[in-house]
Amino acid sequence: MTKALVLAESRDGSLRNVSFEAIAAARRVADEVIAVLIGHNVAKDADALASRGADQVLVVEDERLLHYTPDGYGQVFLELMNRTSPDVLVFGHTSLGKDLSPKIAAKLQAGLISDVTAIEGEGAEATFIRPIYSGKAFEKVKVSEGKTLFTVRPNNIDPLEAGSSQGTVESVTVELKDLRTIVADIVRKATGGVDLSEAKVIVAGGRGVKSSDGFAPLQELADVLGGAVGASRGACDADYCDYALQIGQTGKVVTPDLYIACGISGAIQHLAGMSNAKVIVAINKDPEANIFSVADYGIVGDLFDVVPLLTAEFKKMLVHG
Amino acid sequence: MEIYVLLKRTFDTEEAIQLENGQIDEDGAEFIINPYDEYAVEEAIRVRDAQGGTVTVVTVGPEDADKELRTALAMGADQAVRISIEDDIEEADHFTISEVLAGYLKEQTVDLIIAGNVAVDGGSGQVAPRVAELLDIPYVTTITKLELDGTKAVVTRDAEGDTETIKTTLPLLVTAQQGLNEPRYPSLPGIMKAKKKPLEELELDDLELDEDELAPRLETIERFLPPNKAAGKILEGELNEQVAQLASLLRNEAKVV
Repeated sequence: MTKALVLAESRDGSLRNVSFEAIAAARRVADEVIAVLIGHNVAKDADALASRGADQVLVVEDERLLHYTPDGYGQVFLELMNRTSPDVLVFGHTSLGKDLSPKIAAKLQAGLISDVTAIEGEGAEATFIRPIYSGKAFEKVKVSEGKTLFTVRPNNIDPLEAGSSQGTVESVTVELKDLRTIVADIVRKATGGVDLSEAKVIVAGGRGVKSSDGFAPLQELADVLGGAVGASRGACDADYCDYALQIGQTGKVVTPDLYIACGISGAIQHLAGMSNAKVIVAINKDPEANIFSVADYGIVGDLFDVVPLLTAEFKKMLVHG
Repeated sequence: MEIYVLLKRTFDTEEAIQLENGQIDEDGAEFIINPYDEYAVEEAIRVRDAQGGTVTVVTVGPEDADKELRTALAMGADQAVRISIEDDIEEADHFTISEVLAGYLKEQTVDLIIAGNVAVDGGSGQVAPRVAELLDIPYVTTITKLELDGTKAVVTRDAEGDTETIKTTLPLLVTAQQGLNEPRYPSLPGIMKAKKKPLEELELDDLELDEDELAPRLETIERFLPPNKAAGKILEGELNEQVAQLASLLRNEAKVV
């Protein structure tokens, strides 16, 4: 019997979808899956984990765990590891997962396969696919020694339906020692509420948006589709938007179901960050723009004409079904 | 203030990736300092200029990486160290690299370590936090601002668009996010001076590290390129019709809306 420990993540009071994807990934590799939920007032989310693939959910609540810190979460995770002796450890490839998983791997002197987009085979035979050069190429990796640790990229592994498991929920206490980093303040950035790395739909703007106000029609389209707004480096460098929105080889690498590129020329660094999206739409005045080479559908035209029309069209469609 | 920068030489982001017998074809490719590590070099220089001290740039890699180390020295770093492991270890993974770096850093007096938050080639972002853990010092990743007051540090970090303010203490490791600063270009006098700055080459023996204990934990079975996309459909007709057609295609053909 192999056992997996999965770190579930709650953000702004609700579970992140990547937690269910991580559980589904863990099921491929291990026989038994234990989800770990850490935070303050997070117990309400445990049942969802227990019904979507976790055999057991361990909940650790402490007001000092309200915000993530590597020391706080690290101590809890390592202690639960000692109590459960897992063979496999799974994290989301999120800000939190990327920050914590290397610490755990270093402690265990183990390998860590970051940013897994697919798993081939099962159990001990499993191999892991991950992008390199921001998606310009891929590699297939296996563990040659030690425990199996990996992080899963959001939106790539199908989660399990509710009712897939009837796991148990247990509240446990872990003693916290000194925390060397303290979160003094958090300012939430308004990105329409949908996180860029997990968004199913991304509407991205390039230099063609011309100003920060130029992002307004893109945001409207994103809102109608329940998506997030992103940007090319060109738009960020021109100060039309914050660097947090940047998609590309520097910036975020995203794999949404639908990527709508508006006024983006399609530099190779940008394509690296988005060309593995399932469906790509390009809207650009220049019919020769490189972005059309990766687009499934293209409209040659001014984004300021096309985007509002598209927003109106989707509004109509989504209202009338 | 003893400041160390962890630096990696990477493919220029302009480069397309080609495979040759399952290996990344490096022939004729341009190499650069990993873009995120440039922010780290810049920040280290600024901290030193404000507080005094020494900036040492460290990399693990072959002789070719001396070029990127010289660039960092030309930007203003004081000295460089290249740890050469290719004679001892065939395919290093993050475990190996971080153990080697930590093996070196454990022997130094360290106040501040700055690295890029991720390398644009491997894309894992593991090495720096691993090194902090091995040295048993706190770390803060993806930072956009660093303020030091004695041994106290206030760090601003980007967490998926949210801005967190973190209070911590030195010795500390931080990793740079875009927006931390604007890296300078090496000046001509800087380039001339860099030629005379110390660049030390070390091997595992010098660090008293045993190659058998550094064997990689992961194995890459194969590398491959993503499938070429078939040419897309450029819509035609009146703009209204194109838009209606696109919405319908996204719903009924692609099924993503």
